[in-house]
Amino acid sequence: MTEEIIIAGFGGQGVLSMGKILAYSGIMQNQEVSWFPSYGPEMRGGTANVTVILSDERISSPILHLYDTAILLNQQSLDKFEQSVKPGGVLLYDNNGITRHPERKDIQVFLVQAADASAKMESTKTFNMVVLGAYLKIKPIVELASVYKGLEKSIPKRYSHLLEPNKKAIEEGQKIVKKV
Amino acid sequence: MDIKDIIKPENLVYQKTKLMTDKPLSYCPGCGHGTAHRILMEVIEEMDIQSETIGVAPVGCSVLAYDFMNVDMVGAAHGRAPAVATGIKRCWPEKFVYTYQGDGDLAAIGTAETIHAANRGENITVIFINNGIYGMTGGQMAPTTLEGMKTSTSPYGRDLHSMGNPLKMSELLAQLPGVHYVTRQSVHSPRNVRRAKKAIRAAFEVQKANKGFSLVEIVSNCNSGWKLEPVPANEWMEENMFPYYPLGDIKVDGKLIVNQ
Amino acid sequence: MKELRLMKGNEAVAEGAIRAGTDGYFGYPITPQSEVMEYLMAEQPEKRTGMVVLQAESEVASINMVYGAASTGKRVMTSSSSPGISLMQEGISYCAGAELPCLVVNVVRGGPGLGTIQPSQADYFQSVKGGGHGDYRLIVLAPASVQEMFDFVFLGYDLAFKYRNPILILSDGLIGQMMEKVELCEQRPRNTVFDPSWTLTGKTPDRERNIITSLDLDASQQEKHNQHLQEKYRKAEAEEVRYEELQTEDADYLFVAYGSSARICQKAIQLGREKGIKIGLLRPITLWPFPKKPLAAIAPRLKGILSVEQSAGQMIEDVKLSVGCGIRVEHYGRMGGMIPSPEEVLENFEKLFIKK
Repeated sequence: MTEEIIIAGFGGQGVLSMGKILAYSGIMQNQEVSWFPSYGPEMRGGTANVTVILSDERISSPILHLYDTAILLNQQSLDKFEQSVKPGGVLLYDNNGITRHPERKDIQVFLVQAADASAKMESTKTFNMVVLGAYLKIKPIVELASVYKGLEKSIPKRYSHLLEPNKKAIEEGQKIVKKV
Repeated sequence: MDIKDIIKPENLVYQKTKLMTDKPLSYCPGCGHGTAHRILMEVIEEMDIQSETIGVAPVGCSVLAYDFMNVDMVGAAHGRAPAVATGIKRCWPEKFVYTYQGDGDLAAIGTAETIHAANRGENITVIFINNGIYGMTGGQMAPTTLEGMKTSTSPYGRDLHSMGNPLKMSELLAQLPGVHYVTRQSVHSPRNVRRAKKAIRAAFEVQKANKGFSLVEIVSNCNSGWKLEPVPANEWMEENMFPYYPLGDIKVDGKLIVNQ
Repeated sequence: MKELRLMKGNEAVAEGAIRAGTDGYFGYPITPQSEVMEYLMAEQPEKRTGMVVLQAESEVASINMVYGAASTGKRVMTSSSSPGISLMQEGISYCAGAELPCLVVNVVRGGPGLGTIQPSQADYFQSVKGGGHGDYRLIVLAPASVQEMFDFVFLGYDLAFKYRNPILILSDGLIGQMMEKVELCEQRPRNTVFDPSWTLTGKTPDRERNIITSLDLDASQQEKHNQHLQEKYRKAEAEEVRYEELQTEDADYLFVAYGSSARICQKAIQLGREKGIKIGLLRPITLWPFPKKPLAAIAPRLKGILSVEQSAGQMIEDVKLSVGCGIRVEHYGRMGGMIPSPEEVLENFEKLFIKK
């Protein structure tokens, strides 16, 4: 199994940390992982993206042109990466602020209204976990138990009270994701 | 009294410190470097810290200081002696670490390293020889060259408008909180040599007590560069250098001395 | 029990520094390698091992602090990225001239000048052909994974002390910024024994004073010193060549690539083989000494070689020198911080070698 993912959106949406939790989860299951972010000033308020690969084998290139899954969380990212999904691959997006929706017919498109969902939750900062939950519903490449372990690892101790809201957000994402 | 009587140990009134090697000094006759070297080595001998001392030589006339000083030494790149000393002292806080630098090394190319080592309060001792000129490269203008002073790169005299002002590094460094002891001395007369040696001892005691950065500036001559014979060079120094670079303590025990 | 962590390449260098028993790290912030010092400062290694970490006022000061501490036999290092490494070149030349063991890590970004902060491999010439002034060589290690970022700190120190020479870890923004799984090894103790034949620890009555310098005004002596250095480099060329071969047994074509480009090429090879094109990879791990002989040994079996670098084509010169004129050698690369995708590498390979 090899899963090649791009996650892209605004800086501050939790794109990089979502990728990190996925990578942690992969390690919990003894998989090989790689995580490569866009970095530098472009991250501050601009767009952020991260390439995450989980595999049972040694990972070759951490940089890709085509992805099994693209998780696209704003219009710029959708415009930039829709064509980078492999035929038959998965595109997951949030329609909040989207004016031009995905158009490809040779891929599976899923919608998660994570911005709306997280607005109704305790903290809007759980946005990325709603998205993660949705993704794992579509592609259960890691077990939720591993994800929770990954969460524990990546959330600093002083924020341990956020663990439960994040778990709930993941569950919410699993519920609300739908195929377009 | 023939020569055999004269060399009897009981007649010995002075001998060279064992911390100076037997290699003949390569400095010009009349130059203050030799005296400055000697009193520095005498202090290390008197404190009995040869086995705990690491020196840093600069680039300039004293680039070969390690040929004459019988302590473990490293030659630094031009201006970098305070950084080199920082690296040593941070890894060996229990050792005595000193740099020996001229005005071009310390006050021009190495100004950043000097100020930052001082500002961090690095517990090192800097011996700063200021003769207002680049001696080794043949008498070019230094940052400490006086107004109107002729050098090979200011042949009509230093013009402050186009060449900047002579830099008072000691006064500048004394402002920094990390600096514990700053003094300005000279080695052109026996009385001044004694004072300068006391100052070097005081600086090493600061280091021993782990109190921070210490600096002894020695205003010295460069009779070759100044194109003067040794005695007139010293007279010129008294008349011209000392009014701009007055001798005396500038900061003691971490406190600025007023009326400087 | 294995200790596994998810780490950035830069963090792996920092953790490797602590565990390899580094005595002192001196550095200055610059993107994309600032995580090295940030990680070290957060870890407080002075409490873990007694290691000293100091943020210097510049890269110039950093390398000279390294020079000073290395002259006492301590295990010391610095890290930076391209513009900062350029500033360090004088100090690196001094370290090589004075034969000081130390470690320099370059997380390369695009240039020239202030360039960009994105990954690049355009510092190859600077790294393997000199960089600073004078006839000297650095042993240059090129990690291609976060694991190697960690491991090469240990290897780097071993080589540094074996040869009394600076070692350069030539990484790039991709390897520095990416996260992968790293298996950490046990803590190695810091140096406690200092070779009295050269280290500056204070002159004791039982030995002559030690002097660390690269200066000898007597040209004939300086030439002798240079000859000594060259002998050392010949020994390194004979003993320290490291490389990795992938799928070369049946290969008709060969990619030569190091670091992040080697990773990209692995995928390009896989894509090529899916199309029936048999490509292999030779990944130099030491860029100096360059794996000339292994490359020369494979060359006669090949139809062509593509040197893939994130530069205008620098390593290709060493590839050509290794294999001679009997085989076609081409270059493909991107510049200024652009990273080629595996598909792009394969497409350009096909343009050059297949579709003609």
